[in-house]
Amino acid sequence: MATVIAARTFRPAARSGDRLFRLLLAAMAAAVPLILGALLVALLVEGWPAITRFGLTFFGSSTWDPVARQFGVLPFIYGTLVSSALALSIAVPLGLGVAIFLAELAPRWLRSPVGFLVELLAAIPSVVFGLWGIFVLVPWVRSGLTPVLKGALGFLPLFQGPPLGIGMLTAGLILAIMVVPIIVAVSTEVMRAVPTAQREAALALGATRWETTRRAVLPYARSGIAGAIFLALARALGETMAVTMVIGNVPQIKASLLAPGYTISAVIANEFTEATYDLYVAALIYAGIVLFIVTVLVNVVARLLVARVGRGIEAGRE
Amino acid sequence: MTTSMRLLAAAFAVAALAAGAPPTAAQQPITLNGAGATFPFPLYSKWSQVYADERNVQINYQSIGSGGGIRQFIAKTVDFGASDGPMTDEQIKEAGGRVLHIPMVAGAVVPVYNIPGVGQGLNFTASILADIFLGRITKWNDPRILQFNPNAKLPADEIVVIHRSDGSGTTAIWVNYLSKVSPMWKTRVGEGTSVNWPTGLGGRGNEGVAGLVRQTPNSLGYVELAYALTNKMAFGNVRNKAGQFVRPTLSSTTKAMEGALKSIPEDYRIFFTNPEGRDVYPIAGFTWILIYGDQSDPARGKALAEFLWWAVHDGQKYAVPLLYAPLPKSLVTRIERTLKSVTARGQPVL
Repeated sequence: MATVIAARTFRPAARSGDRLFRLLLAAMAAAVPLILGALLVALLVEGWPAITRFGLTFFGSSTWDPVARQFGVLPFIYGTLVSSALALSIAVPLGLGVAIFLAELAPRWLRSPVGFLVELLAAIPSVVFGLWGIFVLVPWVRSGLTPVLKGALGFLPLFQGPPLGIGMLTAGLILAIMVVPIIVAVSTEVMRAVPTAQREAALALGATRWETTRRAVLPYARSGIAGAIFLALARALGETMAVTMVIGNVPQIKASLLAPGYTISAVIANEFTEATYDLYVAALIYAGIVLFIVTVLVNVVARLLVARVGRGIEAGRE
Repeated sequence: MTTSMRLLAAAFAVAALAAGAPPTAAQQPITLNGAGATFPFPLYSKWSQVYADERNVQINYQSIGSGGGIRQFIAKTVDFGASDGPMTDEQIKEAGGRVLHIPMVAGAVVPVYNIPGVGQGLNFTASILADIFLGRITKWNDPRILQFNPNAKLPADEIVVIHRSDGSGTTAIWVNYLSKVSPMWKTRVGEGTSVNWPTGLGGRGNEGVAGLVRQTPNSLGYVELAYALTNKMAFGNVRNKAGQFVRPTLSSTTKAMEGALKSIPEDYRIFFTNPEGRDVYPIAGFTWILIYGDQSDPARGKALAEFLWWAVHDGQKYAVPLLYAPLPKSLVTRIERTLKSVTARGQPVL
């Protein structure tokens, strides 16, 4: 009775508070598209000289020659996509494995130290990853991993060329290490949020641990896990410092993963400060717009893919 | 409670002291802002520290890169710019007004390598360096390299070429030299802060190139002399115009400026690579401070010109310990004339 009276008394105040709260949140939500829009407008304005000069040939050309004032970003797009794809193909299975272990199998006393270590990995600055890449990962890839890969799979075009240690494969590896914590942290939380009843129901039907995870937990957590992978993908596409230190920075398209490559964000970071004329600066900004477009497209494609796979799972279940 | 009161009182006392200090000094302190090249940053911050103690002038220098320094200089958001490469005619026109390039010190760019079993002092000629970087000499035991290094045990392995991936003054000096000595380099690649490299891997920054060279057997790259010395890397001698193989040192770099003196134009806008003279190391370049010849504020203009006068005289003694090549006397005499031409509202400031 007392609570009802209290609620009635405070209703007008609460209502105006609600309105304020809603306004505040709406403003915050509006800020995201506004910032994104402002960013795009600024990029378009600054990059306009290059956009009018090169147009769509910018996407198809492989020449990046600041001396001859010729710019094209095809090898950079290729490098960005391949290094990110490589990173995800390593990081997704690894990250999901760790997340399933932490959420479903690990004893309670092990969870928080391992979780803590994973978060620590996420907090390491990328330039530190890059330095570690040059001094530890690169020699290991050159004299440890490459001979093994060439021995087993040397007939494939993917593993041709001299063992430099620097290149697309190393960039993919370092990106994988960097995005694993994102996948682990988000996926673990999402899986822990799956109601216990879901698991108990599966177990009661006689499912094994693995079947429970696969049939009851993963489908329930699917959208959250997809979100984790999108975050990881975004980080991989945009990552600059660690990649530029190990990828070799050569704008070329080679089938071999052992060959050096280049990414869009790396070329911008490398050349922006010393870009000596306006068209050069504009071309780098145009490259920024390309990265923007690539990121949006990749995300759209990934979302469509997830939606289709999701429908497939539901259809399969029926 | 009492301790916090005491702290508060102490804070007020300090604030009062600080506020009271300036009027007792001779004049208001002047702060000069500059931005630009990263290469001379350690020297400029040393100068800033020493000069603030000697005179009542504070120099703020931000090492944002030569390109950024030139942009800020043109936009007049700084009192001086700094660059490892001269401004183009286009940029000077955009800046409007009389632009002065004042050389401060020079730096040498040296070929560094990592060949198992081979130590310091491999000999290189201009055409060998150009052809390696063009991808025309691909093995360490190429007869042309062996010809000048009869005693070195050079392997039959591929040369892994390593260059800077970021735009930089170091690259500008290196490719300017290659353009001067190799017609093929000039037509196929050209010069600039970044170029379209015919071969090799890119490392970010001097540290990136140094790291890759140290980690990659049979590699050859180029870094600032200071970087090669502090990292104890193996670096080569280069044959100069007079036909001598010269070890890159600070004094052989200063000699290069002397050798190039006649060819250095009145505005100092030149890469003085491949100069005349004996004992000169041929791959080196200035780092400049950029100022307007006609200053708008007499007091600030005077302070700026006085600082630069100090920098090319007393300031030069800080160059060698920080591994920069100091300017030769003959060049300083010319810079004195240039600094005396600086005016503010039509009046000379010095």
